[in-house]
Amino acid sequence: MFEILLNHYPVLLKGLTTTLVVSLSAIALGLVLGVLLAFGLTSRYRLVRWPCGLYRSFWRGTPILLQLLLVYYLLPEIGIEIAPITAAILTLTLNTAAFQSEIFRSGISHIPAGQIEAARMAGISAWQTRRRIIMPQVFRLTLPPLTNEIITILKNSSLISVIAVTELMRVSEQIASRTFQPLETYLAAALLYLAVNLVLARLSAYLEHRMTGGLATE
Amino acid sequence: MFDIALLWDVRGLILQGLWNTLWICFFGCLLAVSLGLVLAALRLANPRLFGYPVACYVEICRGIPLLILLFLLYYGGPSIGLRLDAEIAGVTGIGLYGAGYFAEIYRGGFKSIPKGQLEAARMLGISPWHALIRIQIPQMARLIVPPGTNQLIILVKESALISIISVDDLTKNATTIVNQTFQVIEPYLAVALLYWLMIELVARGGYALEKRLANRQPRHVAQKDNSHANG
Repeated sequence: MFEILLNHYPVLLKGLTTTLVVSLSAIALGLVLGVLLAFGLTSRYRLVRWPCGLYRSFWRGTPILLQLLLVYYLLPEIGIEIAPITAAILTLTLNTAAFQSEIFRSGISHIPAGQIEAARMAGISAWQTRRRIIMPQVFRLTLPPLTNEIITILKNSSLISVIAVTELMRVSEQIASRTFQPLETYLAAALLYLAVNLVLARLSAYLEHRMTGGLATE
Repeated sequence: MFDIALLWDVRGLILQGLWNTLWICFFGCLLAVSLGLVLAALRLANPRLFGYPVACYVEICRGIPLLILLFLLYYGGPSIGLRLDAEIAGVTGIGLYGAGYFAEIYRGGFKSIPKGQLEAARMLGISPWHALIRIQIPQMARLIVPPGTNQLIILVKESALISIISVDDLTKNATTIVNQTFQVIEPYLAVALLYWLMIELVARGGYALEKRLANRQPRHVAQKDNSHANG
């Protein structure tokens, strides 16, 4: 296992970089979409809530592999040529947006209604209330589930290897088929995934520790 | 645009995929639920001996993708003399992976039971084993059903990955149909709908179980508590 790591570390690191770039772009784009969806889910209007709910239901209720295949094969059908890596980021983004919207929705529901009433009384617009009052608190409240979601996306990014994106998983497959040492190679890849995820989990625990205090609900 | 007749023509493949997904998920989840309980029980019984290894196991399951585990079992296994059919590798992979998560869910349930209850049980001369069966597990059951249901749903969805190690499950057969008919939307959407249905059934089952346990348990406990308070 360590021999594989030593002999193939340039390719493995390149694969890992792609894994990180794809996952983190999806997380960042999904965050924007997820926040908007969470606003949609908590909207006063049923006409806004309903489609957002349907979106969330579909993307949370079907396997991400199936979503990836659907995006990758469907877009060319309707005349949109798309590179595998773009399809990968798009699918992971659309998927994580649904999961993140649910995390944010739950966070928003934890903000005391009094704060929002007070903001309205003070003549602060709905949009400003969201931006300045609700969301800063929501981000702090939802840090632990958000970290879990980042880890989930990092792990799920392994399946974009099926559409030939050369991330860590794909690179490992290539090394395994060249060296005829699948066990050692996949163990090495597992170790890399594990290391990244452990670092993420620790980082989040540290941030959470630092940011507690001054929370709306406490 | 959506061609139902096409789906009728390939019903054999869809049903075969559904059957494979169902039985592999069933046994995979069964393994996850039971192995998870064993791990949690070991950790509880002897924290000094098993605490660290079980914690490591949990961290590994949380930190590596299921796909890597499946590849290790299916492609890596033969190097150490472990030759598994793809289906069996699928069941084992889902089971081992899920067990890490279930061990943690059980632990959460155990931890939420006040220590005083166990001390009281020991005082009364109730054996630890008896306390586990009669005091801890019944109360725990209610608490672990919601996260347990969530985890089962995740495992059912993740089971789509077994198609990559060449199991003829729903996802693999959907791709086969796509390649045969050159139609993308119908097979994939139909299969997505089937997964959705399976997941909805698991979720409904979870709710029903949660309700049953909730109806039975607290009234009983509450009555007892009251009688003590009054007495």
